[in-house]
Amino acid sequence: MAMQGAPMLATDAAQASPPPIRLPIAWIIAIAVFVAFWLYAKPLAPAAFEFPKAWYVPMARWISSAMKWLIDEASFGLFSFTDLTRFISAVLDVPYRLALSLLSTGFLEGSGSSAVQIVPPLPWIAVIGIVMLLGHWLGGTRLALLAGGCFLFLAVFGQWTSAMVTLASILVAAPLGVLLGLLFGIAAWRWRWIERLVTPLLDLMQTIPVFAYLVPVLFLFGFGPTAAVIATLIFATPPMTRIAILALRAVPGEIIDLGNMVGCTDRQMTWRVMVPAARESLMVGMNQVIMLSLNMVIIASMIGAGGLGFDVLAALRRLDFGAGLEAGFAIVALAIAMDRLSQAAADKLSAPAPAVRHSGLVARHPYIAAALVLVLVTTALGYVMPGIRTYPAALQLSTGTFWSEVVAWININFFDTLEAIKNAMLLNVLIPFKRFLGDLPWLGVIALLAFAGYRLGGWRLGLLTAGLALFIAATGQWEKAMITVYLCGISAMLAMLIGLPIGIFAATRDRLWSWVQVAIDTLQTLPSFVYLMPAVMLFRVGDFTAMIAVVAFAIAPAIRYTALGIRKVDPKLIEAGRAMGCTEWQILTRIRLKLALPEILLGLNQTIMFALSMLVITALVGTRDLGQEVYIALTKADTGRGLVAGLSIAAIAIIADRLISAGAIHARRRLGLE
Amino acid sequence: MHSANIFSGRSFRRLTAALVISGASCLGLSAPGLAQESTDPIKLTLHDWTGQLITTEIMGEVLKKAGYSIEYVQADYLAQFAGLETGDLHVAMEMWETTGREAMDAATATGKVENFGPTGMKAKEEWWYPSYMTEKCPGLPNWEALKDEACAEAFSTAETAPKGRYLGGPVTWGGFDDERVEALDLPFEVIHAGTDAALFAELESAYQRQAPIMLWIYAPHWAPAKYEGAWVEFPEYSPECYNDPATGINPDAAYDCGKPFGEIWKVGWSGMKDKWPGAYEAIKAFTIDNDEMGKMITEVDLDGKTVSAVVADWMGANEARWSGWIKK
Repeated sequence: MAMQGAPMLATDAAQASPPPIRLPIAWIIAIAVFVAFWLYAKPLAPAAFEFPKAWYVPMARWISSAMKWLIDEASFGLFSFTDLTRFISAVLDVPYRLALSLLSTGFLEGSGSSAVQIVPPLPWIAVIGIVMLLGHWLGGTRLALLAGGCFLFLAVFGQWTSAMVTLASILVAAPLGVLLGLLFGIAAWRWRWIERLVTPLLDLMQTIPVFAYLVPVLFLFGFGPTAAVIATLIFATPPMTRIAILALRAVPGEIIDLGNMVGCTDRQMTWRVMVPAARESLMVGMNQVIMLSLNMVIIASMIGAGGLGFDVLAALRRLDFGAGLEAGFAIVALAIAMDRLSQAAADKLSAPAPAVRHSGLVARHPYIAAALVLVLVTTALGYVMPGIRTYPAALQLSTGTFWSEVVAWININFFDTLEAIKNAMLLNVLIPFKRFLGDLPWLGVIALLAFAGYRLGGWRLGLLTAGLALFIAATGQWEKAMITVYLCGISAMLAMLIGLPIGIFAATRDRLWSWVQVAIDTLQTLPSFVYLMPAVMLFRVGDFTAMIAVVAFAIAPAIRYTALGIRKVDPKLIEAGRAMGCTEWQILTRIRLKLALPEILLGLNQTIMFALSMLVITALVGTRDLGQEVYIALTKADTGRGLVAGLSIAAIAIIADRLISAGAIHARRRLGLE
Repeated sequence: MHSANIFSGRSFRRLTAALVISGASCLGLSAPGLAQESTDPIKLTLHDWTGQLITTEIMGEVLKKAGYSIEYVQADYLAQFAGLETGDLHVAMEMWETTGREAMDAATATGKVENFGPTGMKAKEEWWYPSYMTEKCPGLPNWEALKDEACAEAFSTAETAPKGRYLGGPVTWGGFDDERVEALDLPFEVIHAGTDAALFAELESAYQRQAPIMLWIYAPHWAPAKYEGAWVEFPEYSPECYNDPATGINPDAAYDCGKPFGEIWKVGWSGMKDKWPGAYEAIKAFTIDNDEMGKMITEVDLDGKTVSAVVADWMGANEARWSGWIKK
């Protein structure tokens, strides 16, 4: 990916400044040497093609024994490491139990099946009412209706009970993720050495598949919802930290100067000046935490969190696509409601509070008062009319077998056509590309990566890319890594090929763009399982189905960032272009796309990251890549093996990320944007 | 969590007791027969297939009748061992010899997990084909029919042609199908489905179109009840066949026979027998057979009954049996 991306950029840049047409000679020579080595060196140096087994580093074994020590023996004197982690999960359990009791189980005396309910959970009408009040307070009637509608959807489609369990864990995980992310971000912004420490850690947290660290998390934090919350935190916090660092850095110097002038202490500076000034960006981070937490719902359900994720899994296990889709869309509904509410909260909180003074407690807090009244009245009524406490089953809707029938209809009528398309793709694109990558000598690839790193970002980057690639080879993951690169590479390319035009087309049309946004939000939060199984029915298990799942997920950032970049282009420049007599096509290619290039590259980067994060899911339809390795390790509770494979995925992600970022900086310099 | 029903006898009794005595002391008194046993809830794991939900709920209901507090925890089939070892989870009702053996052995080796004995159900796993395929391959179910090239080709797809395509279970299930194809010299290519759901999605798809398919099917499951078809009859399994190349049809290779019938085991945390000795005995005593289970699975998955309703029916019809499990 990066290897092809970089020269393309170089030629592109050469076109931008026509007079000195510079051929990327160094690149041509490097690639020629690489090809020659690949074609002719095999008899001379077989070890460069197949990593010798004797050189393998038994990393997996080391990690496993380190983990065993950590779990069984590590101690701080007074208490062991496991005691500490168990204590953390006991602490986390308190807010979780509270949320769960409120929303789902009610407050209980005793535990298990012999528990007695003392106070019932909030009636469904009260929950919807509170959500609508919140929506109204934050964003007016429209938002109230939207949020209420999303929650009503849950009730009407019979997803209420599970959705409340899921909501309880999100309500614990998301605020914690935001808080932790912010604290790390502030620390990294204040102290340079913390940033140095945190940045690679963030990369790993975001790119190592969750399955890889699930086993140690379970041992350390116990089996159950709190372990799921911890896993969610590991996965969902990094974007918040990243955005926090960026946002704090972007606070204008004038504001900092002002803070200094009025004599702020360090603490006041952080909490009274910096954080409020960066609020808008921080809210973007919050939004990401919520989205990613909802992404974890399926995996969390595998380790005792239950809820909607479990329903999705169970429904697909009996091939009940309708039920799977309903539960899947319930997750989307939750995501949309929480996302819009949090965005509105961001706007509301950044606007100055109106300085109106009312007398009386009720008049000052009309929303809280209304919510309290609602809860009390509905709870009281719930004792008399059960329909108020739990949504009456008779009024529930279900799509029933409709979706299964749709899939069956497509299957019966169009299977042959689909099969022909699939075979053409497989035989002409997928398989040749897979063979090509599998053939490449590891030594040559490492050298080429080192060269690319050196050219784009100096010797440090060269060393990093080569070192990470060597890690993959030395731990015996090369072959699987190449299959990974093949699958993700091709999917990312396809996602870009589809996503770019959609992004370009939708960016300038506001109405269309709002619909496209809903579509990509849905794709991002709908659990891929929901469409993976119908895809298996139509395309059989294998790489093609995996590719479809990856593209469906990874297309979201491709569209989002392209549109973002194009929408951000200064309208004055476009006016100027028009005034100079540019055609629409010229405006698009010479102005819009050129100026949006940094965002598009960021989109490419994110597309690759998203594609890599889907690897574990694709293992579920029978691919043989690193994702499968992680999955096998999980099923065998082999911590070392899973983490080594997970680290290899992270290594691929980091190589791609660094090369593309370096390429983007390179391109920007040539375009004169910096 | 599931059944905090105020009106069930036990809970009601306890509620009245709670009004008289303090809550804490009532916990000890409410079940006098089990005074020395812990009143903490016993956590049973639920996985994502119907049969297991039924087995677990039957066990849970029986334990409830015996006065225990029960909690169902949704957990992944293999990830649950982490919880069973630490005592966060207590009982897993279905651990299939064929798919869970390795994980189970690894866990029991730590001494923290104990095998509670067989459930009485036997896992049947083998190559399976829908019955409309006998037209194209008349020699079936005898495995030797598969050696015929025309027959193998009938099962082929573009990627595997001229070899037949056999859809095996996820790699994590083991099963030695690659070795079997090699040893019996079958013109078939083994493709691994990533999950059990993918396996049945392919079957559903092929069955709707009456298209060729050969795949790994196991029972007890709803699939053999829903789809008409049969298992291929391979030479019968013996441990020697798997371990000793000389045994069997191919003198140079092991695995030249069918798959074993596997027990389905009950496993759990080894602390059970001290904490809840009565429950421990009850779980060990639990048995059920394939036909019963197959019938119940069909009722749930194909007739649309709920698991709880099916379990309640079973409890009603088999009172004598389960009360034997919990008697002292």
